[in-house]
Amino acid sequence: MFKIVVCVKAVPDPKEAHKIKIDPATKTLTRTDVPLVLNLLDKNAMELALQLKEQLDAHITVLSMGPPAAGNIVKECLALGGNQGFLLSDRAFGGADAYATAYTLAKGIEKIGAFDLIVCGMASSDGSTEWVGPEMAAFLKIPVVTRVNEIVETGKEWWKVKASLENGYRLMQVKLPAVFTVTRELNTPKSLSFSGIIKARKKEITEWNIHQLGVSEKTVGQKGSPTIVSDLATVDGKRTVELISGTREEKADQLVQKLAEAGVI
Amino acid sequence: MIDFTFTEEQEMFRKAAREFAETTVKPKISEMEETGKFSDELVKALGEAEMMALTIPEEYGGLGLGYTVRMIAVEEISKVSVAVGMMLQVCALGIEPILKFGTEEQKKKYLPAMAKGERIGSTAVTEATGGSDPSGIRTTYRKEGNEYILNGRKCFITNSHIGDTITVLAKDDENPKAFSTFVVEGGTEGFKPTREEHKLGMRGCNTGELAFENCRVPAENLIGEEGKGMRVALSAIGDVGRGGMVGCALGVQAACLEASVKFANERILYGKPISNLQTIQNKLADMKIDLDAGQLLGYRASSMQDSGMRSSNEFAVAKYFTTEAAQRAAKMAVDIHGGYGCMEEYAVSRYLRDSFVLGPSAGTSDIMKVIIARWVLS
Repeated sequence: MFKIVVCVKAVPDPKEAHKIKIDPATKTLTRTDVPLVLNLLDKNAMELALQLKEQLDAHITVLSMGPPAAGNIVKECLALGGNQGFLLSDRAFGGADAYATAYTLAKGIEKIGAFDLIVCGMASSDGSTEWVGPEMAAFLKIPVVTRVNEIVETGKEWWKVKASLENGYRLMQVKLPAVFTVTRELNTPKSLSFSGIIKARKKEITEWNIHQLGVSEKTVGQKGSPTIVSDLATVDGKRTVELISGTREEKADQLVQKLAEAGVI
Repeated sequence: MIDFTFTEEQEMFRKAAREFAETTVKPKISEMEETGKFSDELVKALGEAEMMALTIPEEYGGLGLGYTVRMIAVEEISKVSVAVGMMLQVCALGIEPILKFGTEEQKKKYLPAMAKGERIGSTAVTEATGGSDPSGIRTTYRKEGNEYILNGRKCFITNSHIGDTITVLAKDDENPKAFSTFVVEGGTEGFKPTREEHKLGMRGCNTGELAFENCRVPAENLIGEEGKGMRVALSAIGDVGRGGMVGCALGVQAACLEASVKFANERILYGKPISNLQTIQNKLADMKIDLDAGQLLGYRASSMQDSGMRSSNEFAVAKYFTTEAAQRAAKMAVDIHGGYGCMEEYAVSRYLRDSFVLGPSAGTSDIMKVIIARWVLS
């Protein structure tokens, strides 16, 4: 059976983004009041897996790393049609950068066992690095195609996919097993269904802590993260009004100058 | 301690209903507002999304999720469009009498199709001479062989023109104290929807008149015992109808608060967002207090209903409170929006119109007080 692993992330609800504050001492985000939701692009990854499930009679494993509350996100993916779920959850995994996250997920995938395809959103709405997918592929020593926006051909071993570039696309031929990170143009994710939620009652979520995953504390979480956050700042979105005076020509000149100074033109 | 939280699964059902409302219902609002017609596409989508299957047991093709989940779904849909929430809630009014009083044959015949949305339900009690007082209705029935002959007119019936499986209350033409309830199917000879109403609010939610002229209904379409139909009709309206109206009202309340918070944070006066002004904060606080109180009352009643307890009095309290609160919330939302609140581009003007349709549906506020007073005096 064709086996797909979908890696998903629980992120602070973008609709409540205004509630996220920066802790000036630790340079981390305080998210206590913000509910966690499934990362939007991971919905596209999940939709791809569901379409392939229909097409290839595939088996979908949903994998996430996060606090216990992220279990709801895994459950949601099972309600969407995933077959089984895994949550990697331990305080030691906290504060992980993209590298440590990719390492931990890769270890989870190795422990889960055989797979043909790993899919995830190209980025998360909170970190937005686009690194976890490629780094996970590097740890697993398999190919990766980032920003997949169309599955062109599904062969036995070799697949053809289109991947977006800033000014066009790449047509890639890739040998499975591989990692695909996907864009939102790839598909339109289906909504949760009531009967899907009922079916998910019988689907299991396995939770693994650091000991069950069998990794060293030094390689995961903040300790395993080479990234150092030097500073974090909130973008001030305040609007101001400035009235320009003078003749029409003077006003135009001043406007051009101000727009140039602001870097708009 | 009493647990007032929803389960994780109930939260997921809420999310499913919210996603459906945002992605499927929202794009249809302007069309429904303009034409006053319910969208056929939306009827189909509601069926496909299993919205009509919530209270129907699994053995009849439903989901068997009960009344709390139904209230959650109606609330979330009404938050986006109470016209659609109303249409959905009245479908359950067509389902409930069959579910509670129907024969096994009736359940097998109607419920699976109603769960899929292939049949659209409604209930028809109100007439020009009786709604709040259902015994004042004049639609009659008489038995002729293996059929019942219905004559009369019903008014203010939700889903009148889109419904095809309608529970109709009529009185024995020889015994004015005997009432019976029948399932009347669309296309039955002598039955036709006539006038379509143009309401102040809930535009797009189909409301109209039904005419029965020597309408011949097969005897097997009688629901419950002959002569005991008042109980059939009122038990559906009492719990499911009022419960549905609570869901509709909570949706409007929540929408008013959300729109008001957004506007108050964006609208700058005196160099600051108006949310900094105490007079605006006062209104927002009132709306939040009403919403929380309404949710506590509504979900108390629905959880009692799910436990099989009698809950019609509790629903009367919740129905009174939430529908009145929705009107207050809509008025405050329009006030907060100032001149913008009077413009159709802003949803709060729709909420105000919609909120005034909530009161009379499934029993006016005055009737709710009669029921509540009777309860406390009994």
